[in-house]
Amino acid sequence: MAETPRPRHSFLVRVTHWFITLAFLALLVSGLEIVVSHPRFYWGETGNANTPTLFKIPIPSSRETVPTGYGHVLPDENGWSRYLHFQSAWVLVLAGLVYGVAGLFSGHFRRNLLPTLSDVSPKQLVSSIAQHLRFARPTAEEACSYNVLQRLTYLLVVFVLFPMIIWTGLAMSPSFVSAIPAAVNVLGGQQSARTLHFFLTLALVLFLLVHLLMIVLAGFRNRVRAMITGRVAESVERG
Amino acid sequence: MNKLTRRKLIAGSLATAVGASGLAVAAKLAQRYGLIPPDSGGFYGPGETLTYAAQRLLTRHSLAREFPRSEISKEPFANEVDPLGEEFQRLQQGAFGDWRLSVDGMVTRPASFSLADLKSFPRHSHITMIQCEEGWSYIAEWTGVPLSHVLERVGALPQVRYVVYRSFQHDWWDSLDMGDAVHPQTLLAFEMNGDELPVKFGGPLRMRVSRQLGYKNVKYITRLTLTDSIKSFGKGLGSSAPEAGYAWYAGL
Repeated sequence: MAETPRPRHSFLVRVTHWFITLAFLALLVSGLEIVVSHPRFYWGETGNANTPTLFKIPIPSSRETVPTGYGHVLPDENGWSRYLHFQSAWVLVLAGLVYGVAGLFSGHFRRNLLPTLSDVSPKQLVSSIAQHLRFARPTAEEACSYNVLQRLTYLLVVFVLFPMIIWTGLAMSPSFVSAIPAAVNVLGGQQSARTLHFFLTLALVLFLLVHLLMIVLAGFRNRVRAMITGRVAESVERG
Repeated sequence: MNKLTRRKLIAGSLATAVGASGLAVAAKLAQRYGLIPPDSGGFYGPGETLTYAAQRLLTRHSLAREFPRSEISKEPFANEVDPLGEEFQRLQQGAFGDWRLSVDGMVTRPASFSLADLKSFPRHSHITMIQCEEGWSYIAEWTGVPLSHVLERVGALPQVRYVVYRSFQHDWWDSLDMGDAVHPQTLLAFEMNGDELPVKFGGPLRMRVSRQLGYKNVKYITRLTLTDSIKSFGKGLGSSAPEAGYAWYAGL
């Protein structure tokens, strides 16, 4: 197994990737636990069990005051879920900041994520989409950099979805918005922020599933090794 | 791959020493400026401390959002409370004429106020949102006496750091740091939407903390104790909430 001259992923990208992975999974589990205590969603400033909903998730609740139509009440897990959610949010935000600042200065964003103008031409995009639909394995050259769909997806996740989910999370905090009211006002209200936070979660979960599927298709062991050690086995890439 | 050279060893040790002493200094400063919450121990302590410290620095003088009268919720919601017992029923039948709020601890003039006393003090109203940690919310107009006025009246000593408040429900108690205790929107509320505060919503007297979640807004307040150390109250975690697994600070 020969080593690639430069690591496939830089040290900082690898470390922050795994911190963010861990934090995201903890946020997901604890977030779902919190939703279970009130699986109803609203639009605007306020909403409660007496008001109409935007939509409901058809599951039992961990609180008996929520009219779910189910006869039983799930155990209350909000205490540790809230502690874990906010602690993990700190890990995510701090690791995200390190990744963001390092990415700007090291040229990671410019070199690895920003597509070239010719990449985003309709012709190139169609060809890349067609290649994905055929589940074609990446060529050796492609396996060492990102194709245009990957670049656009990662840009969306890094610069839109994560900033938005952090923002909508902060917009639910009564204390945070006392200092920065615009954070919630421009979203249309505190319950709107909560609903958007939920949809952004769904978008990130969808990303995670596609991300995992792509890793499996491209060679799970080699891809995961590249993100842990930075090294790629050349023989596998050529295969 | 990486050889440990003398230069790297020295640089590494220096960085570690600087980091460790930096953390120690930060902890000292944070303690001094009241940025460490009472429930800062344990696995979730670091996250809780970061949140509390960050929000305290950010929100030192901020006011909770206030809303126009038209935004008052027509259908507010209140969580059920356990039965309050015969003693409460007796007080309720007497229109809470015998309800007392006692104030003790580090004060020059310990006192016991009736509801009529509290209603004769300068009052303040605000139309604000109350949010439950579960996710639901409503907006109401709250009227009451600012807690800061009561603290002045009893002569709070300068070294007071926490105001402990207790409920008629024996297992409910909580505390505020001085930032929230003297905050202009923090009320001992006795009216909601212009009427007597309904029992369901915490009447006759509820702590209204505008920048924190619902569970910090304890219902049926009977006693305030001013203290410079929270350690001797309950398990020393600041309120009954951490003893049930919930964070003491509920600003988010």
